[in-house]
Amino acid sequence: MSAPLLAIENLTRDYALRGTGGATRHLRAVDGVSLDVEAGSIYAVVGESGCGKSTLARIVMALDRPTGGTVRLGGDDLFALPPRALARKRRDFQMVFQDPYGSLNPRHSVGRIVAEPLHLLDDAPRGREREALVARALADVGLPASAAVRYPHEFSGGQRQRIAIARALITNPKLVVADEAVSALDLSIQAQILRLILSLRDRHGLTVLFITHNIGVVDEIADRVGVMQAGRLVETGPVREVLDHPREAYTRRLLDAEPTLAVLGQRRRAQGESARAL
Amino acid sequence: MLAIRNLSIAFPGPDGPVRVVDDVSVAVQRGESLGIVGESGSGKSMLSLATIGLLPKSARAAGEILLEGRDILAASERELRGIRGRRIGMIFQEPMTALNPAMTAGQQIAEGIRLHRAVGRAEARAEALRLLDRVRIPDPARRIDSYPHEMSGGQRQRVGIAIALALKPDLLIADEPTTALDVTVQKEILDILDELVADLGLSLILISHDLGVIARSTDRTLVMCRGRAVEEGPTEAVLRRPTAQYTRDLIAALPRRARAGLGGETAGGEPRRVAGGGR
Amino acid sequence: MTVLALRARRAWRPGSVTLLVGGVLTAFLVAVALTSLVWTPEDPARMRILQKLKGPLVSGLLGTDHLGRDVASMLMRGAFNSLTVAFAAVAVGAVLGTLAGVAAAARAGFDAVLMRICDALFALPPILSAIMLGALLGPGALTAIIAIGVFMIPVFARVTRGAALQIWARDYIMAARMAGKGTARITLEHVLPNIAGQIIVQVTIQLAMAILTEAGLSFLGLGLPPPAPTWGRMLAEAQTYLLQAPHLALAPGLAIAAAVLGLNLLGDGLAARLDPRRRQAS
Repeated sequence: MSAPLLAIENLTRDYALRGTGGATRHLRAVDGVSLDVEAGSIYAVVGESGCGKSTLARIVMALDRPTGGTVRLGGDDLFALPPRALARKRRDFQMVFQDPYGSLNPRHSVGRIVAEPLHLLDDAPRGREREALVARALADVGLPASAAVRYPHEFSGGQRQRIAIARALITNPKLVVADEAVSALDLSIQAQILRLILSLRDRHGLTVLFITHNIGVVDEIADRVGVMQAGRLVETGPVREVLDHPREAYTRRLLDAEPTLAVLGQRRRAQGESARAL
Repeated sequence: MLAIRNLSIAFPGPDGPVRVVDDVSVAVQRGESLGIVGESGSGKSMLSLATIGLLPKSARAAGEILLEGRDILAASERELRGIRGRRIGMIFQEPMTALNPAMTAGQQIAEGIRLHRAVGRAEARAEALRLLDRVRIPDPARRIDSYPHEMSGGQRQRVGIAIALALKPDLLIADEPTTALDVTVQKEILDILDELVADLGLSLILISHDLGVIARSTDRTLVMCRGRAVEEGPTEAVLRRPTAQYTRDLIAALPRRARAGLGGETAGGEPRRVAGGGR
Repeated sequence: MTVLALRARRAWRPGSVTLLVGGVLTAFLVAVALTSLVWTPEDPARMRILQKLKGPLVSGLLGTDHLGRDVASMLMRGAFNSLTVAFAAVAVGAVLGTLAGVAAAARAGFDAVLMRICDALFALPPILSAIMLGALLGPGALTAIIAIGVFMIPVFARVTRGAALQIWARDYIMAARMAGKGTARITLEHVLPNIAGQIIVQVTIQLAMAILTEAGLSFLGLGLPPPAPTWGRMLAEAQTYLLQAPHLALAPGLAIAAAVLGLNLLGDGLAARLDPRRRQAS
């Protein structure tokens, strides 16, 4: 068995909270999380707000440091690397954010936005070559090369999210972390973006850590899933196994609360019963 | 109870008026819950604002909104104030912005009670406590003296519902009441709304982009797209046997899990796990 | 008429009228100030005792003062002097204040220190520091510029810091960090371009403040030394003749009011135009 691309071990992150009277409390946002993501697979972390999933994403992206534990990407411990080496390593992992309106600088052209991570490359191409690279990244996400000279406000939410994905892909990263990347989109657009991510995985062998609160999305996109509650991973496994045969009570509660069309017709029956009961 | 007839709402735009609601007719019976579903920009929120007479000043509305025979569009601001709250209660998407941060939950609920009925302070407080219990807030005796920032999103939404209930309205309008909440909390809030309709005989207009929510908590459904009513009927019929292509597309866009239970009879579309571009 | 009204409404954008009125007033002010360098009706410093205290239109457009100098000419050259001091002072405040503001927003470590320094600077009213500086350097343009400019540093620092902090919270900053960009580079590429509008608005409004303050300093004799005419000193000198020759006070008074009003309207109009979200949200 090959080593996983991303190996998170016993990761913990504490935040100091200044309480009243100068007392400092510690909030454990991430609590002993361990997970492995195989190259070319999509791993979803699902949980409700405040469960620590976004903190986890920030640490994996080395935008925040853990209190304890390790994050290994392709065998390298991110937080043991010297700053220069970490900066060089960054080309291997990029991020897609939730809000396609807040994640693109409104004053920059799409071409400039998409090309930004090229800053990480010492031998970054310039001029024509750079334009060609941007055009290829845009084509990858289904946008015309002409988009490069336009500005974010000229695009819809779904198109903006495609631009954000093109930016994340331009350095040919091994890992992309998507933090609620489809949550702000209308359903039909959401489905398109999910299809895009799946096709990118198939075409480029991309590895994705997909952070979401939406079980339906997990089911659509992920190979494996980790259910997070109060900083801990309470249940992990292949998607089919966890969603179809949940072992933990919390997972079951989450699945149960998900609004689906399966309830159609139950409403009137339930009301009929309560009417009889009265 | 409420009948909307040929309602159109337009805003002045740079290239002539822009219609955000276009010739929509729909009715809500007493004790019935109507779902309005659509994507962003479908005009569903404008429709609800018009119903409580809170359209922005620049909006032009035509048609009729009849609340037990009285036309809300023709009502004066004074009449509207009586209708809002006493006849129609509103529940908002983000309870934090709808609540006064400087007042406790109890004060805000009691304020509404005393505004519309001549009751004493103690009586209003007792009523507020009863309402907090009714929306199943945990530990109501303590929560009644809590400020909004001391509560979770779900608790704030419960307080929001209690405030709406304080005025004993006949119709509740809930505009995406659970969109900002976690799914487990969403379920609890929807349970409460269901109960209010079933037990108190309230009418409910539930606006949502989530077909799962609509399926769960409404009797009839109006599907809106770009200001137009594309389909209307009993919820089960609309979702099981949609006639409009737009409704079919909405259902097809649902994650497979959310579509489960429909059976193979709908235009659910091909399984989406296959790779490939857009439609 | 109706057609015109409709057209006008169609072209209507937030702040159009304020922007137009403010822009015209300000442009007129700048034009007059610049013209005074090459042409004034009379030499503003030339005294003609025989012509003293003449009313408007009797001698020159706006009459003469107690030394027989042409008021219109003094007003024009005064506009140039006032504007120069105001521009220089605002430049000092805007550059240093913006630097402090973006630095404070970028590094939590700088924040507390810079903002305390700003609080201290803010506690120095320009009139007071001008008196102290005047004792040190003697009254003059430099004294006025430093006194006003230093007072404006914290004003710009606060506005910039608040705006920059909002930008730092955006996800595109996070994306820039993912692209390995440092604090200085992010500030230059992402923060400054997005807060430039707010800084420009502040510059306009602070220019009005600076003109007013400069007039106050000149009034107290802490501005440009004579014979250079300034609006403040014209007002001060007019006091003695308030009953005999009210036009002497009225002319610089109205000039100050028009300048301040014009710049404030321009600032308001720009604020509405540069931040359409403020108006669109409904």
